[in-house]
Amino acid sequence: MAAETRTDETDFGEVSRLKDRVFESVTLAAALFGIVTLAVLLVYVTVDAVGWLDWQFLTSPPHPLAEEAGIFPALVGSIVLMVLIALVTFPLGVGAAIYLEEYASDGRLTRFIQLNIANLAGVPSVVYGLLGLGLFVQLLSFGYGTLLVAAFTVSLLILPIVIIAAQEAIRSVPDSLRQASYGMGATKRQTIRNVVLPRSLPGIMTGTILALGRAIGETAPLIMIGVPTTVFGVPNGLFAKFSAMPMQIYTWSSYPDTAFQYGVVSAGVVTLLVVLLSINSIAILIRNKYQTERS
Amino acid sequence: MSDATAPDLSRRSGQNTREFAYRAVFFVCALLSILTTLAIVLTLLGDALTFFAEVSPIAFLTGTTWSPANDPVSFGVLPLITGTLVITFGAAAIALPVGLLTAIYLAEYASDRVRSVLKPAIEVLAGVPTVVYGYFALVYVTPALSVVFPTISTFNALSASIIVGIMIIPMVSSISEDAMSSVPDSLREASYGLGATRFTVSTSVVVPASISGIASSYILALSRAIGETMAVTIAAGNTPRLVDLTDPAGVFLNSIQTMTAAMVQLGASDVTGQSLAYRSLFAVGLTLFVITFLMNLISEWVASRYREEYR
Repeated sequence: MAAETRTDETDFGEVSRLKDRVFESVTLAAALFGIVTLAVLLVYVTVDAVGWLDWQFLTSPPHPLAEEAGIFPALVGSIVLMVLIALVTFPLGVGAAIYLEEYASDGRLTRFIQLNIANLAGVPSVVYGLLGLGLFVQLLSFGYGTLLVAAFTVSLLILPIVIIAAQEAIRSVPDSLRQASYGMGATKRQTIRNVVLPRSLPGIMTGTILALGRAIGETAPLIMIGVPTTVFGVPNGLFAKFSAMPMQIYTWSSYPDTAFQYGVVSAGVVTLLVVLLSINSIAILIRNKYQTERS
Repeated sequence: MSDATAPDLSRRSGQNTREFAYRAVFFVCALLSILTTLAIVLTLLGDALTFFAEVSPIAFLTGTTWSPANDPVSFGVLPLITGTLVITFGAAAIALPVGLLTAIYLAEYASDRVRSVLKPAIEVLAGVPTVVYGYFALVYVTPALSVVFPTISTFNALSASIIVGIMIIPMVSSISEDAMSSVPDSLREASYGLGATRFTVSTSVVVPASISGIASSYILALSRAIGETMAVTIAAGNTPRLVDLTDPAGVFLNSIQTMTAAMVQLGASDVTGQSLAYRSLFAVGLTLFVITFLMNLISEWVASRYREEYR
């Protein structure tokens, strides 16, 4: 339909190879623009982190002196938070995906749920922070800035991403496998447990781990629910106050001292990015392992 | 949604009960997404309504001074909305053209091998935490900009716009490229058959044919820029200021405050409990939620048009 818009006036003019070459270069430059900018910034931050990112930094609590400052409580806080988020989102996300892919008929309610999930994925993270503040802190009184509130809040934030990834993994299981299972007299539940889930698990794991990578960098929701800016110890319970790496980076980046701005924060940023990179590598390893086994 | 349906061969009623229980559990999981939306709306509305009982919505939406915590308090949201628009405009100036050109390169020029490397690399741009982007803008981009603009402030809208623009490039490029890839090859071949170059095919055939997909990606990217929080909070600062259109350079070279940054500032301060400043947080949040939610819906609607076009 849209292609018809040009039929009356299809006048390509003189065929210009030069214009084509120039345009190809322009599009290539555009494609590289963001990547090159990010690469330059990453080189800068890595160079700045040299000399600051050491064992002392990884194992010390925060300190007003740049030389003594460390990220240990925030590093542990981030990892504990991530494990909790995984425990909440994995069962809920997979459950919702199973319902939508295996049980739901293609009716109004299903389409509404689907549209709603897509929309939730686009809600700004700071709004989820307000949800956490209003629901978990004020209404349910789980306490300001506790580990449990943070885990629930960020879980709600990444749940749509986990559901969408799990749905794609379940959808990629061939129907012939389900038919074979039913043909042998298996019930729907048995088919899901013995056929669909084992087959789609690598895809679901990959999607969930990638979503966790997004969760570990979230800062705005943590600020809204009152996660403290500086914590000196590791959390010792679900209702304990804690800190997380992005929170610590945000706090440090507001210090005017250049030793902090170009030293301690750089080390913090590199630590966060390395943890993020490791998480994503695990996801890609899982995907590649099962892709080669299947093909 | 699978086509395979279980033939009902089981006669044991215990089996059926268990099957039903599982179905119910999974249904509750799916329902949770609707409950989340409801909870967001109710949480925001609850406190926003008590706020609007004290401050009239008209004063809120048309007031030109935002000062929630310092006397004299004033809750005019316009400076925050114009601040958000400045960042969105600046980010769009980078991300929309760059994203579209990137999509054209990936869909029309790149070989399969180049694409398989370049596409994930561009996606990385969306995976970097926004707090890291904010730090980059503050300590690397602003000093670099000060070489060109000596009068630039430590906190400024320009560096924040640039960095937000870079982080939303993948939103534009990946959705636009999907739309371009779904344009049937027969259209391209007809054009090549007439002697057209790739340039002509891209600009006269592929882009017009995938225009609704491109539009959808643009709206989604703008919505993301509006809701972006940490990068603008760190880089653009906290100066609620009504935009002065007669001085565009001053707008970008100085500190502003977006809706999201104002929320972070209130959230991080001690305005807890039931104060008016605390409730204003939810009024701003509601405004932000309504704007981004509408944009996401429109984007979804526009996208559903291109999906049907080439079935």
